[in-house]
Amino acid sequence: MIELSHIDRHFQVGDQLVKALDDVTLHIGAGEYVSIMGPSGSGKSTLLNLIGLLDRPTAGRYRLEGTDVTALSDVEQARVRNSQIGFVFQMFHLVPRLTAAENVELPLLLAGMAAEERRPRVDAALEALGMADRAHHKPEQLSGGQRQRVAIARATITEPRVLLADEPTGNLDHKSGGDVIAILEGLVDAGITLIMVTHDPAMGGRARRQLKMMDGRLASDETGGPDDTA
Amino acid sequence: MTLHSADVARFSWRALIGYPARTLLMLVAMAIGVGSVVVLTALGEGARGYVTGEFASLGTNLVVVLPGRSETAGVNPGAMFGETPRDLTLDDALALTRSGRVRRVAPLNVGSVSVSYGPRSRDVVMLGSTAEMLPVRHWTMAQGSFLRVSDIDRALPVAVLGQTVRDELFGAERALGEWLRIGDRRFRVIGILESQGRSIGVDTDETIIIPVAAAQQLLNTRSLFRILVEARSREDIEPVRDFVEATIAERHQGEKDVTVVTQDAVLSTFDDILGALTLAVGGIAAISLAVAGILIMNVMLVAVSERTAEIGLLKAIGATPRQILLLILAEASLLSLLGALLGLAVGQASAFGLRLALPILPAYPPNWVIAVVVAIAMVTGVVFSLLPARNAARLDPVLALSRR
Repeated sequence: MIELSHIDRHFQVGDQLVKALDDVTLHIGAGEYVSIMGPSGSGKSTLLNLIGLLDRPTAGRYRLEGTDVTALSDVEQARVRNSQIGFVFQMFHLVPRLTAAENVELPLLLAGMAAEERRPRVDAALEALGMADRAHHKPEQLSGGQRQRVAIARATITEPRVLLADEPTGNLDHKSGGDVIAILEGLVDAGITLIMVTHDPAMGGRARRQLKMMDGRLASDETGGPDDTA
Repeated sequence: MTLHSADVARFSWRALIGYPARTLLMLVAMAIGVGSVVVLTALGEGARGYVTGEFASLGTNLVVVLPGRSETAGVNPGAMFGETPRDLTLDDALALTRSGRVRRVAPLNVGSVSVSYGPRSRDVVMLGSTAEMLPVRHWTMAQGSFLRVSDIDRALPVAVLGQTVRDELFGAERALGEWLRIGDRRFRVIGILESQGRSIGVDTDETIIIPVAAAQQLLNTRSLFRILVEARSREDIEPVRDFVEATIAERHQGEKDVTVVTQDAVLSTFDDILGALTLAVGGIAAISLAVAGILIMNVMLVAVSERTAEIGLLKAIGATPRQILLLILAEASLLSLLGALLGLAVGQASAFGLRLALPILPAYPPNWVIAVVVAIAMVTGVVFSLLPARNAARLDPVLALSRR
């Protein structure tokens, strides 16, 4: 479903050319659980942003569900992000002045869905994540784990095929981090494709497929996590 | 993907109340701009109302009839046959009362005469008129009464004096009821005019007023100097003018041998000048709106850079550049609208205060100014937010999200 072929992503920093991604070829099938690991600067976040259509490759081709998305316009890419891709960030990125429910509602609002149609879906999403009683709280009134659950509800409200998580537990304590991982893995069991960037080997090791990045290249691609052996 | 306008409005509203200090700052800037335009135009309008009101007190809705045709230049064909323009007569004046649109008609004769009382004598301007003259010119009496209503051609031997004439002839003595001499006739003083100040050409303090028929006898003429016609309303001025021209022409065997001047023409010139002044003052005040616009731009630029992460997030969850632009502009418009409404309230309150402090000044801002100033405020707010909004729409989501 995700096909990257010979992807380059180069940045010009001063008079130096930085190869954030260098000839990356990668296929990820529907429903896969993939972790991307590697030291900082290895290009793992760049790869995730590129898959999420937040960034465009310098060279190469990216096909998402058979469509060449590198050729799409900004508006078309925005539409794909809205309907087919969900993002979960380390910093949560909730809009601070909006309530949990309003944050979750945002993708549907941007898609132009009517308010009365949005409400039951938002309620259901918050309910599913055990956040129904926090629906009208502002982010500042929520704990880190709760905020990330709201962010996950927002990422999945449009029922995307792909969920991209960038260090989703990076700002959480061990317990709530574990809760969030459990939620994400539950989504994988429900059929979503999860791609997670992390520098925590314990976290990355849980994925069935583990990619390791080094200097903009795929250093290793191993299938068979603990789930498989279990 | 089209946003619902209710969602846009709600989102903008949440953004405004989410940053109260910033919102308040911009509201105040906008309100000062709008408020000062409202107050200053109210002041200008007040001045205009005051001046035209004063001017109108010389007589309201006046149409003045003069004998002779002022446009006639060069060789008058009438002169070939030894004809001169016909005189304006008392009968002409009477004829002019026969229209529903005419409220009052006051004939006027003017002459310089020698007035004496006892040993004292003085040359003064004598006005011959009727009882109608008092209300037509909005004069007021200091003592006694004005000429009484009587037949227009009755030469009653009564006189009304101006203040100066009274002082010079009678000094500290009582003037009312005394007999004085004008030329070779005796007149009884029945009233003293209050000092009116100088009003276009005639200083009433220096005049003596007697019935028009008596004046004609003294001056030995049948002709009138002027006929003052007061129309019922401002709208009636033009019809009355036409009526006067037609009536006089009919009475003068079809000759248009009078000149008809409307006070309206003079008044409208004053109106124009003071209107232009109001506009100029309002325009100067509008500069403060432009300053408010610059402030809006600055604050919106800061708002966009403060909310970089939020904008990055909106892009990540599928907002198109157009939607971002729309949201920022909607926020600016809402802010401008609220600022303009606040400014209107402040301006109207100040104008009200002005009217309380200076009751003679009818300081009401014109309605069109209110409409225009709100429109300018909105346009300013949106135009000056275009740059920040465009910056927001162009933000690179990856960079925007990595900021913390």
